Amino acid sequence: MDAIFLQFLNGLDKGGAYALIALGLTLVFGTLGVVNFAHGTLFMLGAFCAVTLRKLLTLEQVVLDTENLTAWGTATEIRTPYVEAWFGDFGTMLVDYSVPASILLAIPVMLVVGVAMERGLIKHFYRRPHAEQILVTFGLAIVLQEIVKHYFGANPIPQPMPAAFAGAADIGAALGMEPNVIVYPWWRLVYFGFSIVVIGAVFAFLQFTTFGMVVRAGMADRETVGLIGIDIDKRFTAMFGIAAIVAGMAGVMYTPLLPPDYHLGMDFLVLSFVVVVVGGMGSLPGAVAAGFLLGILQSLASMTEVKAIIPGIDQIIIYLVAVVILLVRPRGLMGRRGVMES
Amino acid sequence: MSERKDGPSRRKVLKGAAAGLVTAGVAPTILTSSAFGQEYRNKPTGDTVTLGFNVPQTGPYADEGADELRAYELAVEHLNGEGDGGMLNTMQPSNLKGNGILGKKVAYVTGDTQTKSDAARASAKRMIEKDGALMITGGSSSGVAVAVQSLCQEMGTIFMAGLTHSNDTTGKDKRRYGFRHFFNAYMSGAALGPVLADEYGTERRAYHLTADYNWGWTQEESMKNATEALGWQTAEAVKTPVGAGDFSQYITPVLNSGADVLILNHYGRDMVNSLTQAVQFGLRDKQVNGKDFQIVVPLFSRLMAQGAGDNIKGILGSTNWNWKLQDEGSQAFVKSFGAKYGAPPSMAAHTCYVQALLYADACERAGTFYPVEVIKALEGHKFDGMGNGPTEYRAEDHQCFKDVLVVRGNDNPTSQFDLLNVVQQVPRSQVEYDASIFGGDLGPYEV
Repeated sequence: MDAIFLQFLNGLDKGGAYALIALGLTLVFGTLGVVNFAHGTLFMLGAFCAVTLRKLLTLEQVVLDTENLTAWGTATEIRTPYVEAWFGDFGTMLVDYSVPASILLAIPVMLVVGVAMERGLIKHFYRRPHAEQILVTFGLAIVLQEIVKHYFGANPIPQPMPAAFAGAADIGAALGMEPNVIVYPWWRLVYFGFSIVVIGAVFAFLQFTTFGMVVRAGMADRETVGLIGIDIDKRFTAMFGIAAIVAGMAGVMYTPLLPPDYHLGMDFLVLSFVVVVVGGMGSLPGAVAAGFLLGILQSLASMTEVKAIIPGIDQIIIYLVAVVILLVRPRGLMGRRGVMES
Repeated sequence: MSERKDGPSRRKVLKGAAAGLVTAGVAPTILTSSAFGQEYRNKPTGDTVTLGFNVPQTGPYADEGADELRAYELAVEHLNGEGDGGMLNTMQPSNLKGNGILGKKVAYVTGDTQTKSDAARASAKRMIEKDGALMITGGSSSGVAVAVQSLCQEMGTIFMAGLTHSNDTTGKDKRRYGFRHFFNAYMSGAALGPVLADEYGTERRAYHLTADYNWGWTQEESMKNATEALGWQTAEAVKTPVGAGDFSQYITPVLNSGADVLILNHYGRDMVNSLTQAVQFGLRDKQVNGKDFQIVVPLFSRLMAQGAGDNIKGILGSTNWNWKLQDEGSQAFVKSFGAKYGAPPSMAAHTCYVQALLYADACERAGTFYPVEVIKALEGHKFDGMGNGPTEYRAEDHQCFKDVLVVRGNDNPTSQFDLLNVVQQVPRSQVEYDASIFGGDLGPYEV
């Protein structure tokens, strides 16, 4: 039972990441009708916002110690981060909390990247077939990841979580069960909570603001909204920026769980598309529900007991479920009639 | 009737013709005969000899590939008599004079393996067929090594493998034209076993997470054999997909499995991720069966340790070579490499540098570039002064035998490079094995 509970928790934090990426994908598809294969790259770029901020915060003052030489005969370097030298304990705390602090950097950066991507390239492909959109956005994704690799290298770059969240929570003991049986990393719990907050904020924005209402109206009937004099294109461009921010923030907070490298976005991209399709193309609640559902199923399928019955099931479960759902409900869990249908 | 005396007689003409026919018919046979070794693919005819460095320049091991390439460039520099000579000064015995190889200046071409077997074969083929490479070397994957080695056997070109750790490279997939300086999974297990027994005792239950491909399988098998021989039990051995990213669903079952040791048969990015996540799940703070839970990473590299950050601290593993070794050869190499590039070499760089020098030395000893003679010069060759103590290229399987290092993640690093401490230099005799246990057939000299 404890094993099932632990895998359920695994599914929640994994599902949180899937849901956040799928949410942005669906926002872009629902508003602009673009199948954006560069969306995973936005997740990766967000992660590299965290890497960049940490690099800036840990820029070091280098003093050469000529008394002690390296093995190759040069003076050893004594390195002290400027932030710590200037601000003392506050500087140390800044470095410690560099990952959550990176969200403040990621929001403007991802907004600019998202809008630039939409205005600079993707808007030219609105009226082109989906196959061409896929090709051009996939090409863009490759270009962006190669740029990141050029500047940051190919190796994963570890991003420590704040020391206060470094350990694991004894959930079993908190629930009155035997201690040390159900333990779960604090940061994964933080990530799950974070994903719920962001998803809630996006839904609230769309539901309770005038801007959101117009966007929803545009998603339902773009032509009619245009006819009443609203420049829906500008709002959709803004939604592309918001989708980029959501993906970027998801990437920032994921860095302590998975040291980021240039390929991070591609790792999530295919799964996120499956999530979108299973949830129903263009359906925001569908994307979120499918994200958590597939995350949990993937984790449960990895249990040794399950794999003993069906070896390798953990590798195919997501695709198997996708096939079954699409056979039973061709538009996905919450798909709407008319989306991607001629 | 007068006889012409100034022209050749009919007998002379017939003799000459017969001699000409015989020469024309037989000479090519002599020239291509292995006994004389005169004609072979990419025989150097000018004043240079071209080597092909096939390393991952893109893909997940691009950083490792970049370090390999640095080492090769340094080796070329030293072979051509430039720089401080590095290990040319410490290699024993050595026929290298610092004037290239057999008096020809060393030039090189590069290829990108992308850590994909098909791409690696294509780039090796291009370097052999188009660029005239006489020898191919490098790589950071067993899959790539086996694929390129097989191609080189078909083409009659010597392959000096880079980083490849699977038993199969010099086991069931060994080839006459392939040589491996790097150690292998069996040797990791044999070296680590006694140290694990010393540090963690003989009553342990191990849980394996294993990368689901050729290298992972042989690594798991070797570690299971080594630890079970100590008296350890194997709680579970679970295969994980290569590039899984998030290993949490594979780590969670470890928590309550009754195991008190987690052995991560992962390399590169997978190892960085699985180790990071295992530490986050609190495994290292856990007590099971009355003992502290331990994590073991059988194959370590410094570049990987950088990726794992603080999580590597205190973790035991094995490595082919470490820049902190104090022998004369290692120090000479570190000095040359550090002075040129501002950082110490990785174990991948070391093995590639040594492979280039060993090939060059074998050519000098054979007195020819003819691959068959060079292979014979490498087979059974014993040398020293290249790090890891006295070393032998075993003739039966082309595996190098030398001391293996057991290392531990450094708790108090003094620099960004000071990530691993050498716990023990395990003597070569402890990691040797019968060449026949992994099967395979080297194949013919002549192809």
